[in-house]
Amino acid sequence: MADNIIELAGLTKMYDSFTAVDHLNLNIRKGEIFGLLGPNGAGKSTTILMMMGLTEPTSGMVKVCGLNPTTSPIDVKKKVGYLPEDVGFYDDRTGLENLVYTARLNSLSGKESQIKAMQLIERVGLTEAAHKKTGKYSRGMRQRLGLADVLIKSPEVIILDEPTLGIDPKGVKEFLELIVKLSREEGLTVLFSSHHLHQVQQVCDRVGLFVKGNLLAEGDIQSLSAKLYGNSPYIIEIEVSEDNGSLVTEERLKNILKEVKNITHIKLNGDKFQIDCSADITAGIARAIVQSGAGLHSMSKKEFGLDDIYYRYFEGGETNE
Amino acid sequence: MNNSFSLNNSWITKAQKWFNNDDKVLHPFWTIVYKEIADHVRSWRFIILIGIIALTCFGSMYTALANFDKAVKSSDPEGGFFFLKLFTISDGSMPPFFVFIGFLGPLLGISLGFDAINSEQNRGTLSRIMAQPIPRDFVLNAKFVGALIVISVMLLSLALLTMGVGLIMIGIPPTFEEFMRVMFFVAISIVYVAFWLNLSIFFSVRFRQPATSALSGIAAWLFFTIFYVLIVKLIINMSMPSQKMMMMPQQAQGFEGLKIFLMRLAPNQLFSEATSTILMPTIRSLGPLTMEQQYGSLPGALPLGQSLILIWPQVIGLIAASLLCFVLSYVSFMRREIRSR
Repeated sequence: MADNIIELAGLTKMYDSFTAVDHLNLNIRKGEIFGLLGPNGAGKSTTILMMMGLTEPTSGMVKVCGLNPTTSPIDVKKKVGYLPEDVGFYDDRTGLENLVYTARLNSLSGKESQIKAMQLIERVGLTEAAHKKTGKYSRGMRQRLGLADVLIKSPEVIILDEPTLGIDPKGVKEFLELIVKLSREEGLTVLFSSHHLHQVQQVCDRVGLFVKGNLLAEGDIQSLSAKLYGNSPYIIEIEVSEDNGSLVTEERLKNILKEVKNITHIKLNGDKFQIDCSADITAGIARAIVQSGAGLHSMSKKEFGLDDIYYRYFEGGETNE
Repeated sequence: MNNSFSLNNSWITKAQKWFNNDDKVLHPFWTIVYKEIADHVRSWRFIILIGIIALTCFGSMYTALANFDKAVKSSDPEGGFFFLKLFTISDGSMPPFFVFIGFLGPLLGISLGFDAINSEQNRGTLSRIMAQPIPRDFVLNAKFVGALIVISVMLLSLALLTMGVGLIMIGIPPTFEEFMRVMFFVAISIVYVAFWLNLSIFFSVRFRQPATSALSGIAAWLFFTIFYVLIVKLIINMSMPSQKMMMMPQQAQGFEGLKIFLMRLAPNQLFSEATSTILMPTIRSLGPLTMEQQYGSLPGALPLGQSLILIWPQVIGLIAASLLCFVLSYVSFMRREIRSR
């Protein structure tokens, strides 16, 4: 496809006998936010390093913006911004100085560098800290500065390696919103890796699930869950009790719900019942329970989060380490 | 935005402001070099080093001046070279200036280079810099050039200061040739320190921990200054026949040649041969001389050109040794994987 900005085909990276990335095929479209999701050591960072030409693939092909990063890394680096995992700055310089340095490495003139650096510092909300030494920055501030650092070269693609690691929840939320906002405004393609499911879920258009150097699944969250759960994509959790206050038994509930269609499985899970069903039948279940005279205390339809998808996949794979 | 440019008033910041507000596009290579120089000049390490070297300078100046009248004899064939004596004489309590530089130069080189690459890696800045559109060797080269500029300026100003103070104290102006000899001495010292700088940059590429790489550099330095001489002596003594008187003259010459060859593998030997020749014009040869060669030669000083020809191999040897270290750093750096931290 013409609008694929990153193409990986049969990409393999071996360290001695250990295979970090195993015949990876992945296409990322222009303008989307793609999340690389996987546990630690799944080969996410290695894949990113190969995209940046910071390590050489053992075999296979990488194309970023139509260029091969192994043979023409400089052209790729002009178009791609990369925020490494746990980014570092020169601690004895101010945030502004650090940014200006990066700008000048990208062949901007002194004046342009100053102006652009200040603008970006404003955009990532570090204006007050611009003249503070980066050694005094908090983790979240450094990550923001890192984002400004990535954007200073006006890239087409930005690659962020574990950008949310070690930031508090509020900081993560703000940071992710910032990424989404910037990418929408500038039409940037964003690739970011994380082992944090919720964060990826919040912002990504598409997700790639990565385990042991393999891409297990790829797609948006709905299609991933559909792929995974097959004929029972809905789970409804209910809490029911008899008139006298005691909990209903599993038999009793099955009896109550035997008229309701599309139920594939019922099981007791602590105080709650978990009902797997092949269609959204929340209303039907509620009606049946209320009509039977039992008390319905709570009822929730479980959305398929990546969490579930993630764990399902790892249960499916033999990843018992 | 006007408040954003109100920085504090230290001169470094002012200079930097001037530099930053410049309209021209600076080549990325020189951007790194400037930053390296700024880092060196601001660092405590550099201040300490310059303190040590300045003290050395002062000390050897003092001994040289105190013994100046004894060293200058009217019958001396070197009579014309009063000024160079400032750099070469001592009363034995303290080595002369050029020996001191030979001893401390490696320390200077090692301490400016031992954490060149690995500290960037440990701070997590290396992968960020490597993600910018610059060739990888820019970082390596700029680190070298930056430190070299700092060293050159420092050695040159020290030599000029020594000359200036000497001029005031002894009242004899240097001749042009003497001046040039001192300049060549500075140039050779820079080449020598550049070798150690390169070696320590290689260690900084090779070892992840700055402490390990500093220690390796210091170990190499100690090895060459102290142990290498012992080892060479041992090899020569073991390979020579026990009865020295039984040796043929050619054999004896052969052993002497072997000894000189082995000694010259050490960079400090090359440096001391080169500098002593350039600062003591009466030195006419660096190899063994037979009686026949010496017979009939008039005592006298070599002209500058001849001294330079004499030390040319030594200088080339030093440059070759630095290139070797450079190649090693290149080989291990250019294709390596750059991970963050």
